[in-house]
Amino acid sequence: MGLNRREFLKIAGVSVMGLGAPTMALNALFKNQLNASQISPNPKALHAKRWAMVVDLKKMNKEIVEKCIKACHSIHNVPHIPDKKREIKWIWETHFEHAFPEQAHEHMDEVLEHIPVPVFCNNCENPPCVQVCPTKATFQREDGIVMMDMHRCIGCRFCMAACPYGSRSFNWQDPRPFIVKENPEYPTRTKGVVEKCEFCAERLEKGLMPACVEASEGAMIFGDLADPESEVRKILRSRYSIQRKPGLGTRPAVYYLI
Amino acid sequence: MYDGGKILTGLIIGIALFTLPFWFNLGKAAKIPEPKLTPKAEKAKFCVESKEYMQAEHMALLDKWRDWVVRDGNRIYVGLHDKKYDMSLQNTCMDCHSNKKKFCDECHNYADVTPYCWECHIEPKEEEEK
Repeated sequence: MGLNRREFLKIAGVSVMGLGAPTMALNALFKNQLNASQISPNPKALHAKRWAMVVDLKKMNKEIVEKCIKACHSIHNVPHIPDKKREIKWIWETHFEHAFPEQAHEHMDEVLEHIPVPVFCNNCENPPCVQVCPTKATFQREDGIVMMDMHRCIGCRFCMAACPYGSRSFNWQDPRPFIVKENPEYPTRTKGVVEKCEFCAERLEKGLMPACVEASEGAMIFGDLADPESEVRKILRSRYSIQRKPGLGTRPAVYYLI
Repeated sequence: MYDGGKILTGLIIGIALFTLPFWFNLGKAAKIPEPKLTPKAEKAKFCVESKEYMQAEHMALLDKWRDWVVRDGNRIYVGLHDKKYDMSLQNTCMDCHSNKKKFCDECHNYADVTPYCWECHIEPKEEEEK
């Protein structure tokens, strides 16, 4: 049974239409998509290959730590929840032996024993929280900052189990009633998401230093670890510094000068 | 047809019961909402994109914005007439459209959609309508 010319042309025509249809359908579907040419870099933004923080414990005292916590928590709408089991914290004060269990021992010098140590997310180079997140709600940016995408967080708390520093807090309840004074420029969080310090990514974008660095009266220094001439690198070259639980291989981006 | 009368009566009653909600609501269609612009939005003359685009696709735009901002760390959007905007629902959109109740909620209620943006993003403080 051979095809005659007329039948062949009919089939060919229908086939060509069939090939075109998916493209047309896709075009119709994506006709209103935006494209990347519509974003523009911010000339004021601060950039780095690897952001890092240096905390000078010699300059730290209760008052400064308190100011840093207040600056951070008020800017980021962090609620104040008195119940320890439900509290939310981005930066908080702890003892030397709790921050550095491997270094501490019972005959430490008195200064170290009583010094208030501000602790917050280490924004690790090798972050376990990012590895375990099933939705990629927490992810590592190219500049090293470990970010949270609240839109994607499903509240499974794997990241909290993975973090060896306890840097993450879970919202067991709606945090809004516990926010002392809302900062209208920053969102709050909702019940069922995990939150933490993000090295003030939103402030870096505006050309500002992290809130705690600004409030710390020079006791905290922030800069690019990949740049040998940056302030953080200069300080790390000249002073003795330690990190939290370095043996775990998370490679924290927060250094403490003692 | 056996028992034709009973079957037909049953059918009529059944159909009447089934369509009762339609009869009940006949002629009571909800009013089509007309979102109102604030004086500030009115003065700006244009939004980040054309009015038609924003009406149909604002949710797609917001979705793209959040990915660009949160995941890629870009915050400046080049919109209509090459005007630059900070990509922020809370600080840019709601700065002009500060009348959320009139501008957002009315349509969202009409379309029976409940976007959960406001569980985290702080909505503008509005005075209660008298």
